[in-house]
Amino acid sequence: MHNTKYHKAGSAADAASLLSGADDGTVLAGGQTLIPTMKARLAAPSDLVDVSCASDMRGISVSGNTVTIGAAMTHAEVAGSSEVRAICPAICDLASNIGDPAVRNRGTLGGSVANNDPAADYPAAMLALGATIKTNTRDIAADDFFTGMFDTALDEGEIITSVSFTAPSKGAYAKFPNPASRYAMCGVFVASTDAGVRVAVTGAGSDGVFRAGDMEAALGSDFSASALDGATVDAGDMLSDLHGDGVYRANLVKVMAKRAVTAAG
Amino acid sequence: MADKMHIKLTVNGTEEEFLAEPRELLIYTLRERLNITGPHIGCETSHCGACTVTIDGKSVKSCTMFAVQASGKDITTIEGLGTPDALHPLQEAFKEHHGLQCGYCTPGMITRAAKLLEENPNPTEEDVRFGIAGNLCRCTGYQNIVKSILAAAATMNADASSSSDAIGQTKVEAAE
Repeated sequence: MHNTKYHKAGSAADAASLLSGADDGTVLAGGQTLIPTMKARLAAPSDLVDVSCASDMRGISVSGNTVTIGAAMTHAEVAGSSEVRAICPAICDLASNIGDPAVRNRGTLGGSVANNDPAADYPAAMLALGATIKTNTRDIAADDFFTGMFDTALDEGEIITSVSFTAPSKGAYAKFPNPASRYAMCGVFVASTDAGVRVAVTGAGSDGVFRAGDMEAALGSDFSASALDGATVDAGDMLSDLHGDGVYRANLVKVMAKRAVTAAG
Repeated sequence: MADKMHIKLTVNGTEEEFLAEPRELLIYTLRERLNITGPHIGCETSHCGACTVTIDGKSVKSCTMFAVQASGKDITTIEGLGTPDALHPLQEAFKEHHGLQCGYCTPGMITRAAKLLEENPNPTEEDVRFGIAGNLCRCTGYQNIVKSILAAAATMNADASSSSDAIGQTKVEAAE
């Protein structure tokens, strides 16, 4: 791994100023993706700005139906939040199945969302819940945030500080994990929100997380697993790799969507 | 050359202070700087869990954390659990139930299992398998590892209830 400099930020503003002073700096949260990427020399940042203790990027608050989660909260902290579980158990269940226990103790929500790995779990939740991604400079709707595989609307030096969403009246996430990596080969988050039913799919699409419009329409008139019998996603838009071809993944999307609807009740 | 950082750690109760480059991974600090060689380097890609240690009460893969990120924190490795003369109940159970063959994964496996039993003293077999999902073993097929962890849980619970009985007994005697 190439050498780098390390800075610990006390707040998001502090992190932003440290980043702007660096040649080619990057944010370090849990490091569960960044550190392996640096080891492989696929990333060689001049500076690491550690936001894991940035005070305004920590914490969880629930006010009425609105849930706000700090970007530096770990998967284990989200999974274990009784406050969030009381109002939106689906996101706690999702967090409790990311990676493995040690990874969940380090990896963060903000890191997962900012990286937008095509097989990460959180992007599906953000998109299905119609979440707002809050950064140090603006609020971005999830619909505008995820712009393709490993790509987001974040500008250079922009830092996610928290995400917030309205708890859905019904919601669940069903994941078919790769048995070795535990990344989603297909994960479907279904949410019945004020703006209608939203279905977001991760792990399967060839360009990252996406919404399944046919499925949303079918569930909008009948929120049941059988309503999805005739719904499809285009196999040509799915990832095709050694773990499964596009046709297989397209079928997985339907199976996982049905499981999520059944679990949402 | 990037500046070295001043790092202070507590490892198995001993305070350690040193200067290190920011890119130094915690597993290398433990093994090469501090000569604590219980945590192993297996895959070095955060999949196998051979490097698992406990940091401020949580299981962490020490190959996927910089030493500087652990500064100020309290670390426990397998060396901090039991001694050759007084094995931890998990170490005793792994020995008794053939929970290891080559032994390479064992320090990480036991360090993780110790946290698992703290978090959930009465796990089911499924809880154990879910709880050690980040620790890979290429020898045993996990059967005897799971058996060992469940056996250790039973021993630890029996010890806890007999010691609380003993405390109860003392109280009764004191009351009399």
